[in-house]
Amino acid sequence: MPKITYIEHTGKSHTIDVANGLSVMEGALQNNIPGIDADCGGGMACATCHVYVKEEWFDKLPKKENGEEDMIDMAHEPNKYSRLSCQLTVSDELEGLVVKLPVKQA
Amino acid sequence: MIDTDVLVIGAGPTGLFTVHQLGIIGLKSEVVDNLDKIGGQCIELYPDKPIYDIPAIPVCTGEELTKNLIEQIKPFKTNFHLNDRVEEVKNEKDKWLVKTIKGKEFKVSSIIIAGGVGSFEPRKFSIKECEKYEGKQIFYSVKDKNIFKNKTVSIFGGGDSALDWAIELSENSKIQLIHRRDEFRGAQASVDKIHELTKQGKIQLLTQYQLNSINGDSKITSIKIKNEDGNIKEIETDYILGFFGLIMQLGPIVNWGLNLDKKLIPVNTENFETNQKGIFAIGDICTYPGKLKLILSGFHEGALAARGCFKYAKPDEKLRFEFTTTSKNVQSRLGVKKND
Repeated sequence: MPKITYIEHTGKSHTIDVANGLSVMEGALQNNIPGIDADCGGGMACATCHVYVKEEWFDKLPKKENGEEDMIDMAHEPNKYSRLSCQLTVSDELEGLVVKLPVKQA
Repeated sequence: MIDTDVLVIGAGPTGLFTVHQLGIIGLKSEVVDNLDKIGGQCIELYPDKPIYDIPAIPVCTGEELTKNLIEQIKPFKTNFHLNDRVEEVKNEKDKWLVKTIKGKEFKVSSIIIAGGVGSFEPRKFSIKECEKYEGKQIFYSVKDKNIFKNKTVSIFGGGDSALDWAIELSENSKIQLIHRRDEFRGAQASVDKIHELTKQGKIQLLTQYQLNSINGDSKITSIKIKNEDGNIKEIETDYILGFFGLIMQLGPIVNWGLNLDKKLIPVNTENFETNQKGIFAIGDICTYPGKLKLILSGFHEGALAARGCFKYAKPDEKLRFEFTTTSKNVQSRLGVKKND
């Protein structure tokens, strides 16, 4: 199982195994990592699973689909490394992915 | 004081179908919702998005689903209290007394919370000092547009609300439209209009910027905006409008004596009752082992919660299980009973 690292805004880091096929958002929720709310449950309708992808990872991820950037407009303090973690599907290619969590989700 | 059997909190698909399920077993209900329209997330977040997993409906939009549910509960002539929010819930003998922020009062034997992930509130600026000026110089909705006349207004956001207000207010105000990227998600016609007004000098467009800080003491005099590269620009402004859509907040539900698991309410799966007798929770707001946040799960949960309400509403009667296809009782409640 790929290891995904979630770093809270305080710097506290959690590295966990997330099964292929789950989203990065689901990985966080199932492991009780604070800082990802996912109010809409993964429907790309709320922007409360916002993460900052670690710089060197950003270009390696599948590109944003229609609508994701629109939702990121509503996220808390987005930047150019912002993604919605519900749209990132875990696979072997994501082994070692690091995402940073915003101060808050909304 | 409105005296009825059940108060349903939330007019999303789950709340609406629950009204139906209450209606066919002969219970009366009223519905309170914070939004100004019926439909919950379906209407607020994705009215045009197609939904493919409603049983027996291959595809429908959030708006169509809402319309059909409203049609389905028409026979029960349910009162909807929109633009209002339940604030206080108190137990009195066998009843629940409920108060809304608008001062409406209900006396009910059960409450069904179908509140999604809480009530919709505007998303706000992340900078702490903004709170101080909220309602004075910083607004997240426009109540009286006249105050902006001949003033400088900084509008933040890239959706239809931001664009529509920028266009409208540009007639009588100096508008600075600030957005975090070059693309806007609002309607194309509005985007075109914004560019046209920018060319005419009626709107100053500042893209790739976000709010960085506020200058002023008792009054805001200027703000600093920052782009991705760290460049900071200071602009003068009288008013600031932020349009970042809506976010769901649990709100006063936390004060009702319910057990909570993060932002969710644990329930039993027999009738979706919470730790408080007579208060049920269904749809996205409830949690139990195996919970799926699907509309169809909400329908199932509503059907069982409605039956769970029966013993509180009619303690001396026994609920008989009946089918809509054959029961004369149910058909008469639906207004479809044929005289034979």
